[in-house]
Amino acid sequence: MTDCPLCGAAVEISDDPVEGEVFECAECGSELEILALDPVALGEAPAAEEDWGE
Amino acid sequence: MRVGFLHSLIRPEEKLLIRELRRRPGVELVLLDDRQLVFDLRTPPAVDVILERSINHSRAMHALRLFESMGIRCVNRYEVSRKCGDKILTAVALSEFGVPQPETRVAFTEDSSLEAIEELGYPVVLKPAVGSWGRLLSRINDRQAAETVLEHKAILGSYHHSIFFAQKYVEKGGRDIRSFVVGDECIAAVYRTSDHWITNTARGATTSNRPVTADLAELSLRAAEAVGGGVLAVDLFETADGLLVNEVNYTMEFRNSIGVTGVDIPGRIVSYLLSADP
Repeated sequence: MTDCPLCGAAVEISDDPVEGEVFECAECGSELEILALDPVALGEAPAAEEDWGE
Repeated sequence: MRVGFLHSLIRPEEKLLIRELRRRPGVELVLLDDRQLVFDLRTPPAVDVILERSINHSRAMHALRLFESMGIRCVNRYEVSRKCGDKILTAVALSEFGVPQPETRVAFTEDSSLEAIEELGYPVVLKPAVGSWGRLLSRINDRQAAETVLEHKAILGSYHHSIFFAQKYVEKGGRDIRSFVVGDECIAAVYRTSDHWITNTARGATTSNRPVTADLAELSLRAAEAVGGGVLAVDLFETADGLLVNEVNYTMEFRNSIGVTGVDIPGRIVSYLLSADP
């Protein structure tokens, strides 16, 4: 467990986290990115850019 | 085998692929974050093959060209990313292979684009050549709307948005088809259904299984071949006159298609990656 950097709520990360992984804070709905694993650091995921996609 | 995994953000698709790669015996996974890479044009990363999963088309395409120039096999290949990442180049490739697609016009000025749109007949869809998830698509129902959208794109957009790509709007009954091609097989397909005319799952469309019929498989494989083959998602419309290919995607998203099809899409991708010939 760690804290959402935006709303401060406790967030749970997956059992096999990867740097760069994005997920949604269940409390505030913000999209978060795992910036580091040891120790775990979270940040707000970057906003979508024009050439993002498939 | 050392597998380079080119990525930026790790979405559910990338997570599933990473888990699959970590399960495979003999695979050493090397994560290559495109935000941290620096290329000197001659020193390749110490990997045998690269699976491209960048969320940015421009980074993916250029990185693939750089990796391939250093002799590394990539899935998908640079040429595939170039053709799929630009809807105009996709349309050209499909046309050259005789793959049916919506009636298309490309023009470079507001006046010539308006003329092309009028000739196609309303409604038409204007699309940016580069872009995904249904962003900046414009369904244009009359001349007034056409004039407005063309002016906005020309004045407010970057120069990319003054390369006008217009297609005749296809009435698709609230859904389209996405088929998944891995190598020489169409492994699965889904319907993407929405109340909105844009049926991307990124825009809220829901998925359901679409059986891989012979005609769907045949056309999907032809579309994949047209852009160079590999691991691809083909978007198609069902019409009274048969199937039309709308787009071909080279860094496909599949999170909503595994459960409804029952097909292990990441497993199939990884098996292809590990077995494909250089």
